[in-house]
Amino acid sequence: MNPTALIAEDEPLLAQALKAELAAAWPELQVLATTGDGRAAVREALRLLPQVLFFDIRMPGLDGLGAAAELADSWPTDEAPMPQLVFVTAYDEYAARAFETRAIDYVLKPVQPERLRKTVLRLQQALTAQQPSKPAPNGADEVLEQTLAQWRQVLAAASGGAQAPGTAPLRLIAASEAGGSTVRMVPIDEVLYFEAADKYIRVLTAAHEYLIRTPLKQLLTQLDSEVFWQVHRAVVVRSSAIEAVHRDEAGKLHLDLRGRPEKIPVSRLYGHLFRAM
Amino acid sequence: MSVETLPRFRAENVRSMLRHGLITVVFCCFIAAALAITQHGDWGSQMVYSLSIGLISWLFIDVGRLLISGHREILWPSGPWGYLLVAAGVTVGFLGGNAIGDAWTHQPLLNFRSFAERRLATTIIITVTATVCMCFFFYSLGRSKHMRGQIELAQRNATEARLKLLETQLEPHMLFNTLANLRALIATDPPRAIAMLDRLNNYLRMTLNGSRALAHPLSAEFERLADYLELMSVRMGERLRYTLDLPEDLRDTPVPPLLLQPLVENSIRHGLEPKVEGGNIIVRARQEAGRLVIEVSDTGVGLDASQSPSEGGGFGLAQVRERLATVYGDQGRMSLAPEPAGGTRTTISFPLPPRA
Repeated sequence: MNPTALIAEDEPLLAQALKAELAAAWPELQVLATTGDGRAAVREALRLLPQVLFFDIRMPGLDGLGAAAELADSWPTDEAPMPQLVFVTAYDEYAARAFETRAIDYVLKPVQPERLRKTVLRLQQALTAQQPSKPAPNGADEVLEQTLAQWRQVLAAASGGAQAPGTAPLRLIAASEAGGSTVRMVPIDEVLYFEAADKYIRVLTAAHEYLIRTPLKQLLTQLDSEVFWQVHRAVVVRSSAIEAVHRDEAGKLHLDLRGRPEKIPVSRLYGHLFRAM
Repeated sequence: MSVETLPRFRAENVRSMLRHGLITVVFCCFIAAALAITQHGDWGSQMVYSLSIGLISWLFIDVGRLLISGHREILWPSGPWGYLLVAAGVTVGFLGGNAIGDAWTHQPLLNFRSFAERRLATTIIITVTATVCMCFFFYSLGRSKHMRGQIELAQRNATEARLKLLETQLEPHMLFNTLANLRALIATDPPRAIAMLDRLNNYLRMTLNGSRALAHPLSAEFERLADYLELMSVRMGERLRYTLDLPEDLRDTPVPPLLLQPLVENSIRHGLEPKVEGGNIIVRARQEAGRLVIEVSDTGVGLDASQSPSEGGGFGLAQVRERLATVYGDQGRMSLAPEPAGGTRTTISFPLPPRA
């Protein structure tokens, strides 16, 4: 069976060019689809389950990193192994930093044949390592866990990573009351979790809900990562408030928090935090 | 300027104070010498009187000025407080210094009645004149140092602003993506590649040395916008559509070069690029009651949705506003408004120059 791929690139000429370069460097590779934005990339990837993803980082709607995070969560691992991920970028400081770890491959635009050949070679090796003699079920788990760890590493580094050195963690949050115009100073010690909504972040304490407009990416750099854990692309919880972790029939994890009635979803990427000791 | 308060007795303040003290000592020695010679007084006691008066005044005024305004940027009390401080310093110095002198020469303390009237007047005049002169001298010294600092700061700021402007215009992401597109076109569509290269050439030439000219015709400004928009539309394909509307009779109107560029860049970066289906940009110039009005409108995601204006957008607008203010004063205006159908409209206007 020929290897399959999906390209997500918002600039049509560049998508075409990448396709042409790939045809030269890896003739057997079958590009199943080319999409121009992150949402479509997620949709098509889940429909076609390709083995390799080439994702542009800057895309309209959902960017490449966001699309990868969403796929990490909703990829049906019992139907197909997690795909190999390659980021394609013209220039991006965050990404460059993230890729220094070499956890996940990246190609710089304009794509140069020699560079692309190296990536292709690595991808071919990874794909053949996946194939042979169907590994035992727990072996598959291990591979999945490794892949998730790689993705986690890159996505965390790209989304701003750990708290910037030299900045003290936030103590007070200036937040507006939901639906009101008053700004409240909310002590960080009262916050149980943050949840990113469309244009803002919901700040939840035991009794109240507030809103802030800082992007989650930026907020994360100001939180103590020991105290607040990211458990989902859009959710950061106070670790000491976690009461229980449940696994539903579909294998998805949920958290119960002390002091909040909601069930908090845990993304697959962060499931490793809750494995029983 | 910064509003933060500095420590009153920080190292540089104490250093300048001690320097003043040293100069005061030298100055007092001169006065004592002059008095000893002209009044045939005793050299030693003249020194004691002179130094005591001088040093007490110096200590009082210099410590006083730091207490009042040492935490600010200008180290001299504003308004009447400065004069009051000098007056108080003279009085304290005169009384205190004379007291010490009297004690040194074993005379009754501050017994001015025993002084010849003329001698009392001379002492007062010398004290007052010397103190006022010293204060004025130190004040001018401090002021010229402050001015030098301000000039240096302004120069540094100007250089930084120029660099930042260049950085936003030659944004690496834009440049490398354009080059990547160019590379793709060379293989597939050489004539289009050449056309794109020419546009890039114009764009770079304008960006790199355009800001040196003070003004160019509005038609040239529109051509540069066309270069930029054409480059972007090669990249964005059907996601970008644009219209440039420049009436014939406004073609020769002089405008500051690249004034409109940041507005169009904002429309693309914050309006159309984040939008999956892309949209339209319309740049329109018109004449209205003796003013030139230019509108840049887009059908992008709109003001509210494009969050974090700190990422370059804020800088671009601030820069346009500043240039309008520099060239046209309060006659240059800029406003931002949401389009009723979604998207953003930026309008700038300024007086049309009188027809030649």
